[in-house]
Amino acid sequence: MSTTTAAAVPEKLWSGGKSPFKVEYGKLMMWYFLMSDAFTFGAFLIAYGTTRFATNGWPNPNEVFRSYPLAGENSHAPLVFVSIMTFILIISSVTMVLAVQAGQQMKKNAVVINLLLTILGGLAFLSCQAWEWNHLFHEGAWWGRNPFMNADGTQSTTGFTNFFFTITGFHGFHVFSGVIINIVMLIMTLTDKFEKRGHYLMIEKAGLYWHFVDLVWVFVFTCFYLI
Amino acid sequence: MEHTAVAHHHDGKKEVIRVTIILTILTIIELALGFAMMGMENQHLRLTIKGIIIILMLSKAFYIVGYFMHLKHEVKNLIMTIVVPLLIFIWFIFAFLYDGNSFKNLKNTYDPYKKELSTKKVEKKSEVKEIKTEEIKKAVD
Repeated sequence: MSTTTAAAVPEKLWSGGKSPFKVEYGKLMMWYFLMSDAFTFGAFLIAYGTTRFATNGWPNPNEVFRSYPLAGENSHAPLVFVSIMTFILIISSVTMVLAVQAGQQMKKNAVVINLLLTILGGLAFLSCQAWEWNHLFHEGAWWGRNPFMNADGTQSTTGFTNFFFTITGFHGFHVFSGVIINIVMLIMTLTDKFEKRGHYLMIEKAGLYWHFVDLVWVFVFTCFYLI
Repeated sequence: MEHTAVAHHHDGKKEVIRVTIILTILTIIELALGFAMMGMENQHLRLTIKGIIIILMLSKAFYIVGYFMHLKHEVKNLIMTIVVPLLIFIWFIFAFLYDGNSFKNLKNTYDPYKKELSTKKVEKKSEVKEIKTEEIKKAVD
């Protein structure tokens, strides 16, 4: 009976006394921070697209990204290494969701295990990126230098390498910050900070950041490696 | 209260598995299209495939933001404050890409020298290397 009356009375979200968005302040602000970060990455990617549309010819990504660790110099395996990187990031995002859910259920051990897996995934992704940067650098690519010719065999501009290193570098820095944040979360969990607080809301905020890093990679991966 | 919370978490785990499978499948389709596009000569088909890849990318973004970041289960007003400002990207993409294309056409029309430079073929890096080593050999001889 009581439930039907509660449903009949319309909820007054903005009458005060509670959060109209039904989220904690810190989580709301994390959302708005991520929105601003989305604008930064969006600006980078649109600048890349604009330059690509304004340039005659562009290098073929399948010719540039065709190697993987321990492969010979003339290896031709496009998309293979980067798809591994993509799956590493997706899986680390899944373990982060599991850590958040374990936190909501106050299961400390599950939080620790899933956070550890997420950190490992982040480190694995960073190692892959470090290898790729190192490999491209030794092929002669860097800011202001582009050894790769255009897909039609003409001389290319440095636009490709400039945008590639800037955008994947900025994303890699986000991954690095995410790993640091997750390590802090792990230490706070292990020292029972959240148990004493009675909630694991901090993990949810770190989780939002980590998923955002995965989200950005979806866009970077498509824009640089696929199309 | 306790009961509903537990039920919600139970659904949560199932949802995570479902979304993981969807994301994996979408990524595999993307990669398959990427492989299919290699060495394809038909420009119209290439553009179509690129369009499909962008649609798949956006649906992946929807699943990550909606389910992993839990935005789909938040209050509608909160969703609106985050999604509506981002809609400006639709205008950004059309306007900036159109502008870039126009800049390229203007350059090609009014700067014939630059246009000519950009149509010059270059040798492959390995070929250049071979030529250089031959030159060095000659110099040594």
